Amino acid sequence: MTATLFGLVLAGGASTRMRTDKAALQYHGQPQLQWAFDLVSKVCAASFVSVRPDQRDDAARGSYPQIVDRQPGTGPIAGISAALLEHPKAAWLVLACDLPFLTERTLQHLIAHRDPHKIATAYRSAHDGLPEPLCAIWEPAARQPVLAYVASGKQCPRKFLINSDTALLDLPEPQALDNVNTVEEFGLATAALRPEGRTSKTVRIQYYAILREQAGRSEETVDTSAGTPAELYAELRQRHPFQLTSAHLKVALNSEFGDWQTPLKHGDTVVFIPPVAGG
Amino acid sequence: MKAFAFSQVPLTPDTYRAELADPAAGGYAAFEGWVRNHNEGHAVTRLEYEAFEALANKEGERIVAEAITRFGVLRAACVHRVGSLGIGDLAVWVGVSSRHRAEAFAACRYIIDEVKHRVPIWKKEHYENGDSGWVNCERCAHPHEH
Repeated sequence: MTATLFGLVLAGGASTRMRTDKAALQYHGQPQLQWAFDLVSKVCAASFVSVRPDQRDDAARGSYPQIVDRQPGTGPIAGISAALLEHPKAAWLVLACDLPFLTERTLQHLIAHRDPHKIATAYRSAHDGLPEPLCAIWEPAARQPVLAYVASGKQCPRKFLINSDTALLDLPEPQALDNVNTVEEFGLATAALRPEGRTSKTVRIQYYAILREQAGRSEETVDTSAGTPAELYAELRQRHPFQLTSAHLKVALNSEFGDWQTPLKHGDTVVFIPPVAGG
Repeated sequence: MKAFAFSQVPLTPDTYRAELADPAAGGYAAFEGWVRNHNEGHAVTRLEYEAFEALANKEGERIVAEAITRFGVLRAACVHRVGSLGIGDLAVWVGVSSRHRAEAFAACRYIIDEVKHRVPIWKKEHYENGDSGWVNCERCAHPHEH
């Protein structure tokens, strides 16, 4: 008999690289945790948010049905094992909350191709072909092996799936599981998801000093859908081997100091200013 | 003279100094930044300065205006080199004329300090061992890479 499917949105991460709570970021006009919870609720019989004990009452998480980590500090596997213990007869659709490109279609595809006789059903990563543990269905049979895995001091859910009897599927939408860990990736993701952000504009970028050398040119004109200089720099870093991050730079718009979040306009001239060294 | 300017050719402090003359002035203070042959333990053979001049001119003028207002000096100016410089060359000149010496020194110090931190000018050092590097840009480019 196929176990009933419950949803578990993982929201217990420290968001270290983002430096702000990923559950509260907004890609779709609402906190990402709310968006992910609503998405998983559409396809599961009941849904829960996975939290660390110290997050039970926080503003972003307090209003959801929760499953509290029993071994906090061990990462996402703590949330998965807590869910498997709390409702041992349920299967769990486990979902990270930092997947803004995920769609209901991708979840439905996973459910439709679920193999309940395996330990888990997961997608192959579009990047490395390895199982994606944080958009996967974990069957009740995963409980004992997960507990043994954690008891042996291991934490990586991906390695667990690699070494388990896991059904693997190809993603119907390859970018659906691209996750967002840094401020720059957040900028790219919001630009890609915002309808008006897709509006293409032409901007001129002038390069100086180390950026000029790394770009191999002193200026270029690009058509971009980037909405802000932050998004533009993230985009340019994909094309040029810039090692400086936006944290090291200032930005100028039309020959005056500007702000990273100022909306870009068609025809703007943008200069990214590396650390200066006059005198 | 302009309050702030760049020069592609060697600086000429005597001509700038003459421009700061003022009948009310009791003194003049200047700072000259020179290219030295070492930096942070490396033997330096020459430098290249590059500026984003459209913005640098505005920011430099703002700094000089701030110094005049803040310290109540009579006249002030700054000229910065761009291009390739050798050891001993004059990289930057700051001059201030004022009624009394204290504010001339203070304004001069303020201008050079602010120029170093705020004006989009970059310095590439060439080292004796053949390496080169953009000052303040090379080491911060590898933060906490995993």
